[in-house]
Parts: sequence; structure tokens; C-alpha cells
Amino acid sequence: MNKWTRRAFISAGVLAGGVVVFGIAIRPGNRAGKVAGLVADDNESLFNVWLKIATDNTVTAIIPHAEMGQGVHTTLAMMLADELDADWNLVDMIEAPAHIEYANYALAKGYAAGGVDFPAFLVDTVDGFFLTATKWMKLQITGGSTSVPTTGQHAMRVAGAATKAVLLQAAANRWHVPYDELTASNSMIHHAGSHREAPFASFARDAAKLDLPAKPRLKTPDEFTIMGTDVGRLDAPAKVDGSAMFGIDAVVPGMKYATVKAAPVFGTRVLSVSEASVQDMPGVRRVVNLGDAVAVVADGYWQAKQALDALAVDFDQGGDETVEQSDIFEQFSRDMDAATANGDEITDFEQGDARAALEGADRVIEAEYRVPYLSHAPMEPMNCTAWVHDGKCELWTGTQNPLGFAAEVADVLDMDIDDVVLHNQYLGGGFGRRAFPDYAIQAARIAAEVHFPVKLIWSREEDMRHDHYRQASISRFRAGLDAAGRPVAWINQYVEKHDPKEAPYIPYAIDNQYIHYAESKTHVPWGFWRSVGHSLHAFFTESFIDEVAHAAGRDPYEYRHDLLASAPRFRKVLDTAAEKSNWGAPLPENFGRGIAIHRSFGTIVAQVVEVEIVDGKAIARRAVCAVDAGFAMHPDGMKAQMESGIIYGLTAALYSNITIRRGAVAQSNFHDYPMLRIDESPEIETHIINSGERLGGAGEPGTPAIAPALANAIFDATGKRIRELPVSLHDLSSEDLGSRDVA
Amino acid sequence: MITLTINGETRNLDVDPSTPLLWAIRETAGLTGTKFGCGIAQCGACTVHLNGAPVRSCVTPVQAAAGQDVTTIEGIGSRATGLHPVQQAWIDEQVPQCGYCQSGQIMSAVALLSNNTSPTDADIDAVMRGNVCRCGAYPRIRRGIKRAAATMRDAAGIGEVADE
Repeated sequence: MNKWTRRAFISAGVLAGGVVVFGIAIRPGNRAGKVAGLVADDNESLFNVWLKIATDNTVTAIIPHAEMGQGVHTTLAMMLADELDADWNLVDMIEAPAHIEYANYALAKGYAAGGVDFPAFLVDTVDGFFLTATKWMKLQITGGSTSVPTTGQHAMRVAGAATKAVLLQAAANRWHVPYDELTASNSMIHHAGSHREAPFASFARDAAKLDLPAKPRLKTPDEFTIMGTDVGRLDAPAKVDGSAMFGIDAVVPGMKYATVKAAPVFGTRVLSVSEASVQDMPGVRRVVNLGDAVAVVADGYWQAKQALDALAVDFDQGGDETVEQSDIFEQFSRDMDAATANGDEITDFEQGDARAALEGADRVIEAEYRVPYLSHAPMEPMNCTAWVHDGKCELWTGTQNPLGFAAEVADVLDMDIDDVVLHNQYLGGGFGRRAFPDYAIQAARIAAEVHFPVKLIWSREEDMRHDHYRQASISRFRAGLDAAGRPVAWINQYVEKHDPKEAPYIPYAIDNQYIHYAESKTHVPWGFWRSVGHSLHAFFTESFIDEVAHAAGRDPYEYRHDLLASAPRFRKVLDTAAEKSNWGAPLPENFGRGIAIHRSFGTIVAQVVEVEIVDGKAIARRAVCAVDAGFAMHPDGMKAQMESGIIYGLTAALYSNITIRRGAVAQSNFHDYPMLRIDESPEIETHIINSGERLGGAGEPGTPAIAPALANAIFDATGKRIRELPVSLHDLSSEDLGSRDVA
Repeated sequence: MITLTINGETRNLDVDPSTPLLWAIRETAGLTGTKFGCGIAQCGACTVHLNGAPVRSCVTPVQAAAGQDVTTIEGIGSRATGLHPVQQAWIDEQVPQCGYCQSGQIMSAVALLSNNTSPTDADIDAVMRGNVCRCGAYPRIRRGIKRAAATMRDAAGIGEVADE
């Protein structure tokens, strides 16, 4: 048994006792004590694992999530500070250490564990209990657009409100006045009757000894003073003068540099490597054979890279070295056909009797779509600095999953998890990629071979060829229309189901639906990619409903509007996007307009794209976005995330195409996996709807709808229906176009 | 040994002359604000100024900078010494998200504005299309450049050019 697993069992009691995240937030007695040494100095009072107050009246929010650009450090600090009635100018934040006390309960419950409610975890078998403990130990993840709806709502706000209550109580005790006569604002406590006021800090030590209320009253939106405002991001100043420290910037005295080349065909091994071939090259220290990869350690990155390029290494052939991209799509088609022929379709969602309804339909519309593999390509290539010393392993890296990384490294090095210390840094982009620990494991294994710290940096080529990829997929549709053009049947088959489960579901009132899928495994490693399954299914469903609308002879916005009669929240978002984009107004020649709507991670987004066709190429000129996340805690941050999601999604829709050639990824860098640049970036306007519904996320929901909105706009401009991404596969010049099918 | 000036300071760097300037700046001179993104001059994250002109340091051998003036993001301005108008505009427009590309973006923008304090959208496109941002900060980068340009014109007491 691995050492850290046994430790997980011991810690599970703590875990079970503190499992309700409110419990972590409001019971400092034992919880805060365990982590005080990690986050607080002598002159600071730690109230719970989320909050400390210093003698200079500074409030520090302790944020258990990674900052990868989404602004979470700022937004979560705002939520805590507002409930506390802190002076925002005296609020700071630190990122929580990779520690079990900060494990993210809500993400496990709602997302990673597939929506299983907690009591089901309390299984009475030892194996089950270990499995549970293992899962819980490793969760302090930033992903699934969950930080604000879960940690923010259930930990930060509660922690702020509960701490305010004990500060007020401490003041009431000292001043001998009734609690109800006291108020808090701007990090001060006031007693109007006696004209007294004093800073939070003067009561902090007394207050820390009081029991925090279990269920403090949270503010209503009309009481918010910080939430819902546009404060400046806390991380912006360090990101304009080069002082922000990313993983790649870590400096550990005496460190050397490494770079790595993994077997090009996924799943294959190193057969032989000749250290002699590079040992005389300048600066080279070591060649390390990792089994499925080789690494060179040298005095500098460039020396390591030169030597790696010169290194004589043979890789095994694993049987997948003949696989081409076309084989993969043919396999998908075959497996989909076989599932239907053999009757082993796997039902995803069913209501009514779609097949009977299709039989009885006045007209049937059919279409097949496909999307490619996608790489994340964050600006900062994968990297990790590792130092194995004194029975411990220290890691400096940027990760969305610090506890998981520590656990995996502990496993590989056969260490106790507490002996792996991870110093999380800013992430130079995450997008899901930095939830996978492969690069940290490599760094730790290399560091275990030498007696000095090692900074492992992947080349861009390695980063692109050894990603965990958004899946390629095929999706087939059949819709039945009645004589009035209304849809009466919706049948959808696709390959390979991934999270979130609702990604293929549609919001439209269609009585008879049958959504099913076929298994079709490939050797290409899968990974979370911004919005995960939504990134492809929104393209499929929102392109096809557009085709159905056109087939019915209807305006695609009005058709959607009609089908959302019983979904008023969706309808308002759709209507807002249409209205703000001036839907229906004439456009210049060679322009087209398209609309799409999709809900992901609890947030509804509708987007209208105006596209211009220039020399057979599509350029998005304008994007209008309407978003309902319940309430926008940081409106400018929400807008920034919509802009970011739109440009990330547009890049993929227009250009991104990872293809498999001879079993390996054919692309290598930005010349053959091109990026959207400023000259092709649309004007973007975002309209926020604060419906007051349950909070949704922001980091991912901007991405799914943009690809279908673009493809629908291209159809409007050219009459050409884009059924395969990326758009760059298609020549959109007018002589190539068929007759335009617009009713 | 290569001798060059970085941010006004003469530095003697013990580094192979063919090493890209990027790695000499980051690893030998210890200035980590300049970033590695692609290694083939496709993304602009490594942009620095060589005698005031923007270059991609990932493909510029350090020997090409010998005896010359290199400016990195650390030499543009800081909170301690005062921010450059472009850096201030980046904060005012809340440009950075992950922030990794922003050193390079700012170096390109500063170079643009040093030659042209009233850039048109086309001028901005022509210079800034060399810098990739995966967080999609482009609309804010455009606004940031225009804001910085206005600040710089005000400071210099000049008005906007008529044809913009």
C-alpha cells in the first residue's frame, strides 16, 4: 500500500467531521488550528480556514483556487469582504496551501463525482472507504466553473458573515452595549449611541475566541456594497511589470534545467537511448530514461534542448503507429452504424417516442456533423520545478489541482503526501490542461535522479503533441417536422460521452426526443478542455436547430424564441442577444448574422455573430453576448470571461485542428495550429442579466455557443452550411457555393 | 562572455553566443518577466527591445545583442519606479487575465507608441498581430493602446492627428 493512502485513511475522520463545507468555514476551533501555521503570522488572527485579520486591520482572504486568468482570486475575495463589511482597500488575498483542509467539497459533489450526493460515499466497506478517502484527499480543483457558485457562495460569504458576527459580539462585550446597536462598515465597528468606533483589528483576538455562528445571515443583493461592483483585479498590477511569478519563473538556488521528449505515439515506450550521443555537449548533466519519455538535464534550457534534439533514442511501436485521422473518423462512423444495427445504442436522454413521431412526421431533416481533436495550447508551456531533498519533494508549478498533483507525486516517489510540498504559482493559462499532473510527475522523477533542484520546461512542440485532447466526434441528427414546421421529433446519436452529462441536451420544447451514443475508444488521451462536452455539443445542437428552422422556412431567432415559450429564462437571454445585436437589420454585402444559445455550468449564454467573408475566408467582425449567471459578482470580470470564452471558441471554430498522422499528433506549434490574432478579433459587447436565479459559472460558459453562432452566420452570408470544424477546411468563396437555401 | 546593456545596466553574461537572447535574459541575467511561448517567433511572448526596436528574443542569438541596449519589461516601469502609460492603461482597462503574454504585448505596444502616438486600428493590427493572447484580451489591448496614446499625447501637449 502506498504511504499516502494510509495517511488518507487517518485524515478521513477529519474529512468526515468537516465534510459540510459550512463546517469548515464556521468552526475554527479545530479546523483553523490545523492550518494556522500554514497561513498566519503571530500578529494575525485566523478566524477559519478562509480568513485572517492582521493588527494593521488588513483582511486577508485565503482562496483555495488557482488563478489562471479567470479572476477568481479577486471575485472570491470580494464575496468574503462584502459579507464582512470590510474596506476593500484593506483587503488582500493569498492562495491557500495545497492542504486537505481546503479540499473542494462542492466540486467533488457536483462535478467530479458525477453528481453523487455525499451520504452515498459513506459506504461501509473498507475498500469503498479508501476509495472515497482517496477521492476526497485529492480534490482542491479549479475547474468546472464552480469557484463562485460553490466556494464563493458556501465558504467565502459564510466565512465573512460569521466573522463579522463575532467581531460585533466582541465589541458588544467590551463596550457593554447591546449587539443589535452595533454596525460594521469599512473594516470599522460603530456604536452610534455612544459615538464610538474602532477597527476590526482591535477586536480580532477576542473575537477569535468566540464560537462562530453556524448559519449567519447573508446579505440580500440590495445590501451588497462590493459584490456586483467593478473593483480592480488584485492580480493586475503584478501582471503589467513582469513581477507576477508563473510556474516557469520559479527560481530555486542551485537549480538546473531539463526538457523532455515523450514517445510520439501515445502509449508507446523508449526502446533505447544513447547517453553517449550527447554527453560531451556543453552544459549537459544527465540523460534520464523515464520509460515513456527521455529527458536531458543541463545547465540551461537551451543546452538541454540542443542535446535532446541531438539525442539518439529509439521508441517502441505499440500497434497504433499506423493510425491516421481518417481511420479514427471511419471507426466512429462504423461504431455508430454498428450500435444502431445491433440495437446496442446507449440511451443518454429519452422522452416521448421519437422514432414513432419521426415516422408520423410531415418532413424529416437529417444532418451529420464532425469536430476535430483540440489542444489547449496555453501561452505558458507545461513546466514544473522539483527538488527532492531530505526525504521530501518540493514542487513549484502552476496547477488547477494542487492536492491531486501532490498525491500523484507522492505515489510515484513512494512518499507520504505530507512530504510533498507544492508551491502553486500563477498559471499562464489553464483551460483544463493544468488539471493533469503528467508534467509534475516527470519533473519529480527527474529530480529524484539528481541531487539538485530541476526546472523541467516542455518545448511548445512537446506541449502540443502530448496534451490531453478535447475529443474528436461525430454527431448525427434526424428531426421530424409537422405540417406547420414545428419539430415533433429530435433524434441525436454521437460517439463517446464525457462530462458534463447535460451537454447534449436541448432547451427546446420538443415532445419526443431520443439522444443516444456509441462507444468508440481511441488511443488519443482525452482531457477537460474549456467547457468540456459543451464545446462540441453546442456546435452540434445549435447548428442543427438552425438547419431545422431554415427547413421550416422560419427566421432562426424567431424559431428558437417560439420553442422557448416555457423556458422564460432562456427566452430572455435569447431575446436580449437578438435585440442588442439589432437582429434583422440589413447588413453590408458579404456579411451574415448567426445566433446560438446554450446553458453550461449553470449559466445561460446567447451570442450573435456578424461574419464577413473576405477572399473565401470567414472573419467575425462583431459578437453580441447576453449572459445570465444568476448574479454577476464582478460584472467587468464576467465581461472579460465572455470575451475570453468567445475568442478561445472562435480560435477553435475557425482554425484549430489536431490530426493524427502515423499514430502521433501532426501539429507542433503555432505555425500549423494557428491562433486568432487581434486583427481578426471581433468587437465584443456583453449584456449581463442578473435574474437572481442560482449562481452559475463564468470561465467556461462563454465558449460553447460561439462556434454555432459563427457557423450559422456563415450560412446566412453564403448559404453554405458548415458541418465540419474548423471553418478553415472550407473554401467560402462565392464560386464554390451551391444554391442558397433561404426561404 | 557576452557584454551587453540590459535596462541601462552593463551585464557580462557567461553564456554560449548562439544561445537565444530569451534564455540569457531569463536564466543568466535572472529577469523572468520576459516569457517563453513558442521558440519560433510565432507568439510574441518573448518580445524585448533591442536599441528601442521590438525583437523576438527567442530567435535572436545573444551575440546579436552584444554591445547593444536591451530593454525588457522590467525596464519599462514598475510600481516602485513609476508605471509607463501603457502599463497604467493596462490596469485601467483591466487587460490582463492569465497575464502570461502581457509582458510581450506591452513591449510591442510601447514600441508602437514610441513611433506613433495616434495609431489607427490598422496601425494597431499591423504591430500587435504578432502577439498571441490565449485569454482573448484583444479588445482590451486595443482600448489600452488608445488610452495610453491619449495619455502620452496629453503629456507631450499634442493633439490627436486629424485623420484618425
